Amino acid sequence: MDPTLVLQGVLSGLLFGGVYSLMAVGLTLIFGVMRVVNFAHGDMMVWGMYLALLLSTRAGLDPYLAFVACAAALFALGLAVQRGLVDRIVDAPHEMQILLMLGVALVLENLALVAFGPEPARVRSALSTATVWLGPVFVDVARLVTFAVAVVLTLALYLFLFRTDVGRTVRAAADNTYGALVIGTDVRRVYAVAFGVGAACVGAAGALVSPILPFQPATGLSLSVASFNIVIIGGMGSLLGAFIGGLLVSVAESLGAVFLKPSLKELFSFSLLIVILLFRPAGLFGKRL
Amino acid sequence: MGPWLWLAALAVLLALPAVLSGYVVTIFILIFFYGFLGQAWNIVGGYTGQLSVGHAAFVGIGGYTAAMLSIEAGLTPWIGMFIGGALAAVLGAIIAYLGFRFGLRGFYFVLLTVAFAEVCRILASNIDAIGGALGLYITFTGNPRQFQFQDQRAYYYVALALMMAATGVVAVIERRRFGIYLTAIREDEAACEALGVNTFKYKMLAMLVSSFLTGIGGTFYAYYLFSLQPSTVFGIPLSVEIIIRPIVGGAGTLLGPILGSFILTPLGELSRSYFGQGGMYGVHLIAYGVLLIAVVLFLPHGAYPYLTRLFGGRPRA
Repeated sequence: MDPTLVLQGVLSGLLFGGVYSLMAVGLTLIFGVMRVVNFAHGDMMVWGMYLALLLSTRAGLDPYLAFVACAAALFALGLAVQRGLVDRIVDAPHEMQILLMLGVALVLENLALVAFGPEPARVRSALSTATVWLGPVFVDVARLVTFAVAVVLTLALYLFLFRTDVGRTVRAAADNTYGALVIGTDVRRVYAVAFGVGAACVGAAGALVSPILPFQPATGLSLSVASFNIVIIGGMGSLLGAFIGGLLVSVAESLGAVFLKPSLKELFSFSLLIVILLFRPAGLFGKRL
Repeated sequence: MGPWLWLAALAVLLALPAVLSGYVVTIFILIFFYGFLGQAWNIVGGYTGQLSVGHAAFVGIGGYTAAMLSIEAGLTPWIGMFIGGALAAVLGAIIAYLGFRFGLRGFYFVLLTVAFAEVCRILASNIDAIGGALGLYITFTGNPRQFQFQDQRAYYYVALALMMAATGVVAVIERRRFGIYLTAIREDEAACEALGVNTFKYKMLAMLVSSFLTGIGGTFYAYYLFSLQPSTVFGIPLSVEIIIRPIVGGAGTLLGPILGSFILTPLGELSRSYFGQGGMYGVHLIAYGVLLIAVVLFLPHGAYPYLTRLFGGRPRA
């Protein structure tokens, strides 16, 4: 096995992992605050991708700028889904929540199918063709920028949660909903903010990955499953776990594609998921937000 | 409803193919087949309350087993279907043992079932001996010994028989202590355990019966469609198709899966063919999604309990 190839695999996996991390951080935020699993997470991300595509083809906006608009649009979508649907089943049994979110996922995925068709799409960016050499390995500039922006956004989310008053109320409600209610927190508003911010994460992640990853409406399902994977491996509700889990899963898949057939790469993360589910269902990083 | 009404309904279903057009017969075949799969899922997902979103794996294993035995060893699918069911039950036992022994509940159990189905899908697409990603194609011979029929109406009766058999199994379970244990596990597992019920054993049994029946369905799938592709037959979308009918009709009720299939299958098929002509393929799935959301919000127990209340039947036990 050529060591350069392995190094290349690790590097490209790591760079792609930034997007996985951002996506998983959004999922874990929603779960941590509401104990609701967003089964429509990947489908929301696909909508972020298609918005980036629209902004690029209709307005000529580069996805590395358009991600801000995509995040804002998905924030609104997340807010609407939370206010209109999720809010009514926050206290319902898990099964009911899962089914409701499955319904939302079906609607979002197939609206995209009706609107954009099943053909794979990709967004053009000025950066798409540029590469730089780092010693023996080369790096796509697009991947590098995607990674950098995704990491900056994750850090920004961290600062929001730990350094601002709204962020502190979000963490308080996640930690102890009843306690937060007692001290006068508007928990419904916190839920709406958390769902909105969680969806905004995938809005941005979708736009950022749109020049790298060809996508179609059905991509949403595999992205959802990948996010569940990462969040379980990192620990449901743990931001740090989601971040590191994202990098870990991405590197594992990338190495899987190097050592085995590319079509077997997902086998790695699913096997890892089963092992973690059985032996450490709390994940690698506990469960605190 | 008395037994005479049931016999009358059955007589109507038996006589229908004589008067229906080919297309309507096709829709009925799908109603019965998905009603059968929904009924099989109902045992573990409805009565026992263990939400499996990986039942497609059992369809896949059952279908592939029967098809491979027929292609490679010349074994008739009429026997192969039971071997397929048995292998599906082995996988069901593994998933259930791991899931229940390690105490996975709610979302974690859902993910475990999804993960196993996905592992099956990836493995099947990478094993060239069973056709790899392209899957298996079955040559049409029209020989009933090969589970193939020239006449659509034969599939109609086979699918009807499958649905009636599964419903019979569930009706028997429902009336026995076993069924009462399953419902009790769904309602309050801890209390059930405290009363001395071996909940692990009964959850395992529920999964075994459910996966065996679903595996048998795989043979019908293979020999009705004449092809098996890993991405469809092991995929999450098929699992969702399986669970959505019993949930809409009423999970954990005897007639819920059948009612759900009578509601959703024609809706799905008609909108698929109506909108599919205009190239709009996702419309029936949007309708499913909206229905799923509406059921959770407005009819959390499904349509069947609601209807029985509406028509003054006895309340659900």
